[in-house]
Amino acid sequence: MRFPPSREFIMKKTLFDKVWDAHVVTSVPNGPQVLYIDKHLIHEVTSPQAFNELEERGIKIARPDQIVATADHNTPTIDQHLPIKDLLSRNQLAQLTKNCDQHGITLYGLGHENNGIVHVMAPELGITQPGMTMVCGDSHTSTHGAFGTIAFGIGTSQVAQVFASQCLLLQKPKSLRVNVNGELAKGVLPKDVILYIIAKLGTNAGTGYFCEYAGNVFEEMSMEGRMTVCNMSIEMGARGGMIAPDQTTFDYVEGKEFAPQDVAPAGQEGGFAKAVEYWKTLPTDEGAVFDQEYHINAEDIAPMITYGTNPGMGIKINESIPEKGDMTFEKALEYMNFKKGNQLLNTPINYVFIGSCTNSRIEDFRVAADYVKGKQKAPNVNAWLVPGSQKVARQLAEEGLKEVFEEAGFVLRQPGCSACLAMNDDKIPAGEYCVSTSNRNFEGRQGQGARTILASPLVAAATAIEGKIVDITKTLIA
Amino acid sequence: MEKFTTLKATAAPLAVENIDTDQIIPARFLKATDKKGFGDNLFMDWRFDKKGEVVTDFPLNNPLYKNAQILVAGDNFGCGSSREHAAWAIVGYGFKVVISSFFADIFKGNALNNGLLPIQVSPAFLKEVLTAIKKDPNTEIIIDLENQVVVIGQAKEAFVIDPYKKVCLLNGYDDIDYLISQKETIEKFEKGRMVF
Repeated sequence: MRFPPSREFIMKKTLFDKVWDAHVVTSVPNGPQVLYIDKHLIHEVTSPQAFNELEERGIKIARPDQIVATADHNTPTIDQHLPIKDLLSRNQLAQLTKNCDQHGITLYGLGHENNGIVHVMAPELGITQPGMTMVCGDSHTSTHGAFGTIAFGIGTSQVAQVFASQCLLLQKPKSLRVNVNGELAKGVLPKDVILYIIAKLGTNAGTGYFCEYAGNVFEEMSMEGRMTVCNMSIEMGARGGMIAPDQTTFDYVEGKEFAPQDVAPAGQEGGFAKAVEYWKTLPTDEGAVFDQEYHINAEDIAPMITYGTNPGMGIKINESIPEKGDMTFEKALEYMNFKKGNQLLNTPINYVFIGSCTNSRIEDFRVAADYVKGKQKAPNVNAWLVPGSQKVARQLAEEGLKEVFEEAGFVLRQPGCSACLAMNDDKIPAGEYCVSTSNRNFEGRQGQGARTILASPLVAAATAIEGKIVDITKTLIA
Repeated sequence: MEKFTTLKATAAPLAVENIDTDQIIPARFLKATDKKGFGDNLFMDWRFDKKGEVVTDFPLNNPLYKNAQILVAGDNFGCGSSREHAAWAIVGYGFKVVISSFFADIFKGNALNNGLLPIQVSPAFLKEVLTAIKKDPNTEIIIDLENQVVVIGQAKEAFVIDPYKKVCLLNGYDDIDYLISQKETIEKFEKGRMVF
């Protein structure tokens, strides 16, 4: 005898469903849904055309108090107190200031104590909270999913849409869950976990999906580690990644400047305890079904590096480049000047970059400093450290890490996106390899002709010390 | 936004997979504060080498594809950064359609918001189109949005498009118009929203 599906079965929801459904304003018949956006983050590069569009059409910004702006993509990382030399960059930042002033939008501009990379700054101020919807004209907005937030990157037309209505028209994406269970080996960092996932599943495995990361590996990870993982969801094509909020999340958010306070403001419900009560209802119900699901053993993951020109072209640090024959693969190897079947170990490296919205938080620098302490960088290496925010820069000084790095010969810069996308002067010269903690190894990403090798902050630090790629697992055991 | 109904035009082949938006428009060109001029920098580092010399075997530099209004590209086109400048550059250069066997999400949305039609076809059909336009650059392709079909010579394939987006393109509407029409509903929703 067959029973119709019970009500209970129908009600089982994923974390994503719960947050999404709570934000659906209305649906277009046979079309997309109108999704309400709680927080809108903006920066200088993808917002000016949206401001222009509203002005041209005579539309007012709907909710300026739900927008926060920062300057990060196009900012210099030295002498930030001086006028910017590059005229176009200076103009773009002046435009952001003007637009924010005109519309009453909070801006953490260059030099402000809250300034930083948008995806580092917002979480550390408590702007990012579980259960929210957040957008930004930047594909790495997926970072904020670490809090159990629906957060994703949008184009400039959509920035204008959110300006105009605080909403977006969207088709609900499909659901995907990546489970990683087991014990990570020593020296395997959150960056290695996500690089492994992308190498395993491919650069478009997540397209059309929103991804949830589940399993004890993520449960045991710090918030900063979770941010590193969710940050790179877009590198497998997923618009966003999420991790269920838990005590680690609540502890991180509590007490932050813009987090729910102990007592709710007058006329508002809530307060921190009330918020936590709600956030605890968000994790995926047991038995909820995903459109796609993968299981990975933590023991299979090792420190990773990339050899090609997309983030899916990754291998374990002591593995060889695979033997494949398609044109895209050949083109990537030619650009990188690597050969199939070869290892990357012992490849001389002249540039190391520790920074970007993926790996520029204090824990990233702590793990690098731990390795670097008492050592000297190799003479051939230019090692750049770019903290993700003013706050991280202050922490580096307070914790004495600044000294550790400077004594080892590393160069510490001021906060910003820097050499991750090389919009400013922080470019890697043509033909040079850079072991980088950023998120994209595309052709020319770090400068025309530059060759990017993605890795964790630990592998980057070891590369800077040795002047070449080394098997960190052996070094750590020794 | 400009209307899109049908198009009969020649096409340029770019048979590379995973073309990311950093290739379409490199970051150093993102310093403008308007939408103009991005077409001049489309695929800049593939069209010109490090010395600024023209890369002669790059398809867009081939005079035979000069008038192409359709770009035919490999799998997973438009991955990477959310920069809408990529769509502005493609439109600015003179393309009205991109055909591929797979598109990255954000790029697809950005394209549709700029009247640029991303058409996803089967890998086999993509191969057929690439072969035909490489063999004869004068080969014309017909795109019929109303009937959702791509025709090349004797071959044709239907394509899928979100019905709402189809109406937008056919009529030149954009999402802002619709969202503003929902003002009251949105305000009502806001009153019941949880804020802590």
